[in-house]
Parts: sequence; C-alpha cells; structure tokens
Amino acid sequence: MEKEKKLIKVTSSPHVRDKVDTQKIMLCVIISLMPATVFGIVNFGIRAMFVLIISVASAVFFEWFYEKLLHKKSTINDLSAVVTGLLLGLNLPSSVPFWLPVVGSGFAIIVVKMLFGGLGQNFMNPALGARCFLIISFASLMNDYSDYPGFEDTFSGATPLATVKAGGQVDTMRMLLGNIPGTIGETSVIALLIGAIFLILMGIIDLSIPASYIITFSVFVLLFGGHGFDMNYLCAELCGGGLMLGAFYMATDYVTSPITPKGKIIYGILLGILTGIFRLFGNSAEGVSFAIIFGNLLVPLIERFTVPRAFGIEKAKKEDKKEAAK
Amino acid sequence: MSLKTFKGGIHPVPPHEGKELSKDKPIKEILPEGELVFPLSQHIGAPAKPIVAVGDTVLRGQKIGEAGGFVSAPVYSSVSGTVKAIEPRRTATSDMVNSIVIENDGKYTEVEFNEVEDVNVLTKDEIIEKVKEAGVVGMGGAGFPTHVKLSPKDPKKIDYVIANCSECEPYLTSDYRAMIEEPEKLVEGMKIILKLFPNAKGVLGIENNKPDCIKKLSELCEHEGRIEVQPLATKYPEGGERQIIHAITGRDINSKKLPADAGCIVDNVATIMAIYDAVKLGKPVMDRIFTVTGDAVCEPRNFRIHIGTSFAELLKAAGGFIHEPEKMISGGPMMGFAMFTLDVPTTKTTSALLCLTNDEASKYETTACINCGRCVEACPERLVPSRLADYAEHDKKDMFEKWYGLECIECGSCSYGCPARRPLAQDIKTMKKIVLGEKKAAAAKAKAEAEKAKEEKKEG
Repeated sequence: MEKEKKLIKVTSSPHVRDKVDTQKIMLCVIISLMPATVFGIVNFGIRAMFVLIISVASAVFFEWFYEKLLHKKSTINDLSAVVTGLLLGLNLPSSVPFWLPVVGSGFAIIVVKMLFGGLGQNFMNPALGARCFLIISFASLMNDYSDYPGFEDTFSGATPLATVKAGGQVDTMRMLLGNIPGTIGETSVIALLIGAIFLILMGIIDLSIPASYIITFSVFVLLFGGHGFDMNYLCAELCGGGLMLGAFYMATDYVTSPITPKGKIIYGILLGILTGIFRLFGNSAEGVSFAIIFGNLLVPLIERFTVPRAFGIEKAKKEDKKEAAK
Repeated sequence: MSLKTFKGGIHPVPPHEGKELSKDKPIKEILPEGELVFPLSQHIGAPAKPIVAVGDTVLRGQKIGEAGGFVSAPVYSSVSGTVKAIEPRRTATSDMVNSIVIENDGKYTEVEFNEVEDVNVLTKDEIIEKVKEAGVVGMGGAGFPTHVKLSPKDPKKIDYVIANCSECEPYLTSDYRAMIEEPEKLVEGMKIILKLFPNAKGVLGIENNKPDCIKKLSELCEHEGRIEVQPLATKYPEGGERQIIHAITGRDINSKKLPADAGCIVDNVATIMAIYDAVKLGKPVMDRIFTVTGDAVCEPRNFRIHIGTSFAELLKAAGGFIHEPEKMISGGPMMGFAMFTLDVPTTKTTSALLCLTNDEASKYETTACINCGRCVEACPERLVPSRLADYAEHDKKDMFEKWYGLECIECGSCSYGCPARRPLAQDIKTMKKIVLGEKKAAAAKAKAEAEKAKEEKKEG
C-alpha cells in the first residue's frame, strides 16, 4: 500500500521562523517578576501570597470566561493574563480583603483589555488601569499598609515616600533591600533590578524607556524637589513607591508604549516629568501609576510624530527641503 | 581587522544556518540528460528574442536568444543538440515564460571561444561589450544586466568596487565553495572591473563565518595594491546591496538611488567570476555553481551545473530525498521561492534548491500583534514593519508610503522574528507591488495624455 504523501507547501518567503513567540516572551516576564514576588511574600507574609494567587487566578478566569461567553478562541495560553494578574497583585498592599484583587482583575481584563479587542489592542496598561480604578474607588483599602510586620516602630506615616513628603528622613539601605511597607511587589529595588537585568539580557526589553524615565525623573526631582542636591532624598524618591516596578515592568509594556525608537525616549521623558509633577505637587506621595496611564493615552500621538526615517532617506529629505525653499 | 556591519538584521541561529550541510562538499560537475529549457527572461529588463528555430542544431556556447534592448541580456545554449520547441514553460518563480527547449545530444560540442592573451590590451568599451555579449547578469538572484551596472554616467566618480562575498542567506554555500576552490578567478575578475574605474578601490566583503575564505583571499590580495579584504559581521542580510555598501563605505542609499550614486559598484562572487570568464576566456554564461541542500535531501552537494538543467535532475544527482519534503525552495530560506514542482529549469539567477521536511512558515498560527518592536529592531531599512503590515491589510496606501513602505528590501527579517507569527514581509511585499504598479500605470497614463495633447497642439 502506498504511504500517504505529505502535501508540498507553498508560501511567501521567508520560510523559516525564530523560536520566540508571545507565550515565551510572557513567560520571561513572569520569571523576571519572581524575585520581587518571592521577596514580597517573605516580607509581608503568607497573606501576600494569597492576594497574588487570587489576582492571577481571577485574571486568567476572566479572560477565559469572556472568550467562552463570546464564543471566541481562548487566548489564555499566551500567558498575558497571568502577567496582568501578577502585576496587579504586586501593586496591591497585602492587607487588602480577598475580594479586591478579584474586582481589580475583572476590571483589568474585561474593561481595559477585552472590551477594546483583547491582547495588543488595549490602549492602557490593564494592571495599572485596574490599580488606578481601585485607588479611586477603594482609597482607604488601597492605602492601608499596616500589614507590614514591625510597621508601628519603624515609620510614623504610611510609606517611606509619604514620610519624605512630610519632611522626614528614611533609611536608604532598607529601601534598597525592601524592608519597608508598601505594595507587595514594589518595595525591594534589588529584587526588581535582578528581574530587569534578566529581561534586558533576554532581549525582552531595552533600556530606552526605563533609562530616559528614571534620568528625567531624577533631574526633575533635583530641580524642583526643594531639597537641593540631597542624595538621601533622591534615593528615597528613586527607591520608594512604584518607580522601579513602573519603569521596568509597566512603562515597558509593549502594547501601551510607542514602537518607534525615538518615541520610546520621548515617552520615557514624558513619564519622568509627569511622575515628578504628580509626586511633588499632587495630593498623594505616589505618582507612577497615574503618570504611566496618562502617558499611555499619548502614545498614538507620540508615534505619529516620531515615524523613523528609513535607511538612506535623511539626506534626500534635506535636499528636498532646500529645493522647496528655493 | 575590525568587523564592519549595518544596523538591524537578524542572526539566524542553528538549525537555520544550515551551511554545514553542504559547505565541505567540493563542487562536482554534472552532465545533464534529456531536454534542457532556456527561459528567454532570466534577467531584469526586456526578454531576449529567440534567434534559432525549431529543428535547428545548436552547439554548446551558441547564442540562442539575443538581447531585447539595452537593459536585457542574451541567452546561450549550455549543451549541443537540437531545438525541440519554443514555448512558454514554467520557471522556478512559478511564472510561465517563453523558453527555448533543446534536446541534449550528450556530445557537448562547443563553439570556439576567443580567449584573450592579455586583458590589459582591452579598452574599457571592449570589456563592457564582452560582458554584454556574454549575457552576464547579477547571478546572486536579482539578475540585473551587469553591463548596465558597469556603465555608470561618470566612471571616474566610482571609488569603491565591492565584491559581495557575504553569502548571508542561510543554507547557501555556492559562493563559499567557489571562493575556496577558485579564489584566483575572483581576484582576476575584480582586476578586470577595476580597469573600468580608475579611481576605485576594490573591496571583498566577506562574512566572518568564512574564516578560510578571508585567509585565502587576504593572501592572494597581499600584493594587489588596489584590492583588499574586509571581514564583515555574520548577520542577515549583510549581503543586501544597501547593507553591504553601508557596512563597507558608511554611505547610505535609498530605493530611489543606485549604488553608483554613492560611488559604488556591487557585484557578487558568481557574477565577478562570470565577468572573468566572459572577458578573459571569451565564454558566455552557460554554467553556474549550484547548491542542493536541506534536511530532506539525501546527500547535500555543490554542483557545477549546465544552466537549463531541471531542478529534478539536480535533486537526483544529490541522491534524491531521504525524507519526504514539506517544502521545496528555489534559493535560500529567507528570500527563496517556494515551488510546487521540480520540473522547472535552472537559470542564471537560481543558486540553490533547498528541500525542508518541516515548513515553519505554515506551521504556526498568527496571533495578535503585541507591539513588541522586534520587527523594528530587525528591519535593516529602519522601517516599522508591524505598522506597514497594518496599513497594507487595511489598504491605506497613503499611510503605507508615508511610513516609507516602498523602501522595503523584502529581506524577511521582520517575519522571521515576529513572536505573533504575523506574515509581515508578505503583506508589505504585496502592498509594495500594488503601489508601485499603480504608480507605473499613473505615469504611463500621464505620459500618454501629454503626448496626445502635444499631437493635438501640432494638429491645431
């Protein structure tokens, strides 16, 4: 009996593909968040772990449920919902009631992500959108950092940033390590940087957004912070709040950041200025989340004005202008 | 020596480099059997016109089609035999092209070739005429008639003659083998081209994954004052014309410019060797080096083939299939053409037959674009492929042009690296063809109307 023949396939070139796909990229992001996650659980105790698990599980559930309801193909295998859930969880204080991450994930996945067309179509970072929604709606729950062990004897205010804002001094070493109150994932700068280095080495993110963001923010704070060139103050501003988590993991979110190389730099600078304004002149000591979701809205505009000039075009354009001027 | 390169591009990693399959297999001459097919359009420009009739006896090296214009090239028979038919036949790019079919008599009786004792006595015009007569075209794949390339407006302004020895396409090894086995021919060919351009320096741009070629050619060029070897980083598409010019000279050209506008003449290894054959030995383009490779092929090999031999025969010479192929490609995996039959002839521009057991292009399903920017990083032309593909899909031609879609060199780097497996290169290529076609039609229409108006004026 003749063996069944494979059909010859005919497609347009190229005929080979790289091994990296969306799922692998998302997996790398999840791995890179592990140091911060583990540290958060160690720092805040077992309750933090439950918050994270509930957040991730409900994010995945809502994506699956929405697609099931609308008879769409399930996309939970691309792991993007896991990333959203994890980021949202890391942005919550460990003291929140367990229903809060569920509400947050529901808002992130259904309202911010799926209603706008799912992965790749959302104009705002889902995790941050949900966090801002929760901050506005459940302010007292979201600003309750009292779950931190030893909270009473270390700080009089809520977070180190609030302390700084009120004019107090903070221990920079503790802020680097992360032995401070805050949301589950934002406290340890070292753990976040380890993950960020992993992401950069794997080629998942590049430095243009985080670097321009952090540099602009530092300059802004030094100029307008009213503390002069005070390193302790600058370190507190850099290590405190969600800046590191925001700069390396949220601002670099592919979907909601510009794709053009110049646009990335402009976007980073914009975020730096916005964060500075919100932190120094705003009501709250925090500003990263609002800066990033506000920046997200400006991405289409930034892209429009930063269309990269194609290879070899530059000179021709100048000549054209000259000719036009003549 | 430092490595030079360009910005962007991709590093095809194993298993995609694929050169190890055939790189150590010496070039073997193979004699074809049965009929050979000579498409009259093996180059860019006007098709050649047949100058033989059915039933005529032809010899190896006899001209069977003459150039159909200035931008055109003649076609020669690579075997002796009788003309069996002149009819449209399918080629490797799946087009039907008017072709001369010759029944091989197996004797390989040759016409007499006029070898030149000393190429230094030839004038510049004589050299260009010989190249033109021999039907030399860009043998790396583009097929642009070489005599046109060698006749820029002002030859004195050319200061670089670049030998494109990068062979950046994965799997292909024909240029590599040619450089290893006949490096003298490449250097002599370069010397002939340099005679045309008194102010030019000759540069052999070789990717550093071929250290043996770099060594051998550096030794050969040691006493050649005007020729030097420049190692290049191993990256695809290092051998793209605009990319290799940038790597070697730092000059940038766009789609509206020719290399000559940047003072450069670029030819690939096979073309330069063909120039040597044409000028020194008086031989027209009849043979070429050809790689048969891929994991579906029994014995991957490099052959010296008679142009016009069918792909099927070359596969047979390489031992046939060891595994059932899923895809058969004329050329390399990045820019080659997928074929559905091997009963098509080789031409001046076909450099390889690649048969793969596993087709990655159709294996993966396209998912949503996550805007990751990998295509932007990979694009050697500094475009934004994901946006261009969006504009192509939504038929937004003005935006497509505004984002420089027409500058695409169709290298496929964007599709290769896309984690959402989008057919970016395919979308952009298609839109590019549509836009260019419309422009051509509009230009032709404007021209016709202008002429009509002129005539009416005259009559008036």
